[in-house]
Amino acid sequence: MRLSVDNLACRRSGRRIFSNLSFAVGPGDALAITGRNGAGKSSLLAILSGRLRADAGRIAVAEVGEASLPECLHAVGHRDGLKSALTAGENLLFAQRLLGAPRLDPRDALERLGLGHAHDLPVAYLSAGQRRRVALARLLVCARPLWLLDEPTAALDTASQAVLAELMEGHRAGGGLVIAATHQSLGLAGAAELRIEASAAAPLADVPEDWA
Amino acid sequence: MIRAVLALIARDLRLAGRVGGSGALSLVFFLMIVALVPFALGPDLNLLSRIGPAILWLAAVLSTLIGLDRLFQADEEDGSLDLMTAAPVPLELVVLAKVTAHWLTTGLPLALAAPLFGLLVALDGTAMGASALTLLAGTPALSFIGAVGAALTASIRRGGLILAVLVLPLMIPTLIFGVSAAQAASGGTVPFLVPLAVLGALTLIAAVVGTLAAAAALRWPE
Repeated sequence: MRLSVDNLACRRSGRRIFSNLSFAVGPGDALAITGRNGAGKSSLLAILSGRLRADAGRIAVAEVGEASLPECLHAVGHRDGLKSALTAGENLLFAQRLLGAPRLDPRDALERLGLGHAHDLPVAYLSAGQRRRVALARLLVCARPLWLLDEPTAALDTASQAVLAELMEGHRAGGGLVIAATHQSLGLAGAAELRIEASAAAPLADVPEDWA
Repeated sequence: MIRAVLALIARDLRLAGRVGGSGALSLVFFLMIVALVPFALGPDLNLLSRIGPAILWLAAVLSTLIGLDRLFQADEEDGSLDLMTAAPVPLELVVLAKVTAHWLTTGLPLALAAPLFGLLVALDGTAMGASALTLLAGTPALSFIGAVGAALTASIRRGGLILAVLVLPLMIPTLIFGVSAAQAASGGTVPFLVPLAVLGALTLIAAVVGTLAAAAALRWPE
C-alpha cells in the first residue's frame, strides 16, 4: 500500500498541536516520527488510525483496494488493548477474529516473541514488558500492511528490542510499512525521519504536556 | 464481518463470567431490591400483588445500570476501543454486538428470573408470566438506551453517576408501557397486547437510535 499525507493539521481542545505536516510512504518504507514530548506524535498516530479527526489536510491511501485506512493498519500504543481477565492466547485469538486476515496462530506468534509459556496465563499476571510483547504479537496474528507503533520499545528489554527490530525488518522486506513514534533509535535501516516541530501558532509553553 | 461480531459477543460474555465481570451481579442486585420492598411495605399481600409488576420493573431498570458504566469505558481505558476502530466492521455493529452481550448478561437473566422473584411480591401465575414477557420485550430497550449514555461517558472517570442521571429519564417511556402491559394482563380496561406492542416498538426504536447514537459518540469523543 501507499500512504500520502498532505498539509495535515491537528487541533485538540482549541489548541493547534501541529500543522503543515506532509509525508509519503510506500511498500517497504519506514518512517520514524520524532519530536519532544507533547509535540503531537501520538496525536498524529491517532489521526492515522481513525481515532481523532484532523483539523485540516488530506490523507490518501492507494493500492489497497476497497479497504479504508483503519482497516489496513495495526496500532500498538501506550494502551495495549489487552483484557487483563483473559489469557494472552484468548486476547490474540479475539484480535485475530475481530481484525480478520489471519496469519500466525496465537501460540506461534507468542513463541516468536519468546512468550510461548504465557499462552494460557491471564494477562493480569504479566509484567509491563510482557504485556507489550503480547500486544506486539498481535502484529503477527493478522496480516496488515501498515504498522503504527507508538513508542514500541517502551518497557522492552534489549533482547525483545532486537526481536522487534527483526520483525519490523521482516515486515518491510515483505512490502509492509512501518510508522513509529519514538525517542530512541529503532534500528530501522534506511528509515526516513519526520520531526514534528512546535507549530508557530502555539507557543511552547502553551502546549500542555503528554497528550497521549 | 459476522465472525468479528460473534467474536465480540463471545469475548464480552467470557469477560462477564471472569473475575471482576458483572455477570451475576445485576441479578443479585435485582433480587435485593425486590426482596427489600416487602420489608418496607409490610405483609399486605393485596398491596404487594397490586404493585408487584411495578416493583419488578423498577428493579429491572436499576439493575440494568449495573455494569453499564463499564460497557465502553473499560474498552476505552485499555485501548481495546482502538482495536475495534481498526476492525473491518462499522462501529455501529461493534456497539450492537456489545449491547447484545450486555443484554444477554443482564436483561435476559432478569426476565427469566422474574417469575421466581415475583413470589416475593405475591404475584399470581398470570401476572408472573406477564411480567416475565414484558421484561423480555422491554429490557433490550433499556440496554440500548443505556449504551448511549455509556458511550457519552466512556472517557469520563467516575462517569457512573452522570450516566444514571443521563439515561434514567430516557427509560421512563419503557417503564410506563412495561408496567402497564404487565398490569393489563391481570385485569383492567386495556387489553394486554396494546401496551406490549408499544413496548416492542420502543425496543425497536431504541435499537436503531441507540446504536447509531452510541457509535457516533464513540467515533468522535472530542
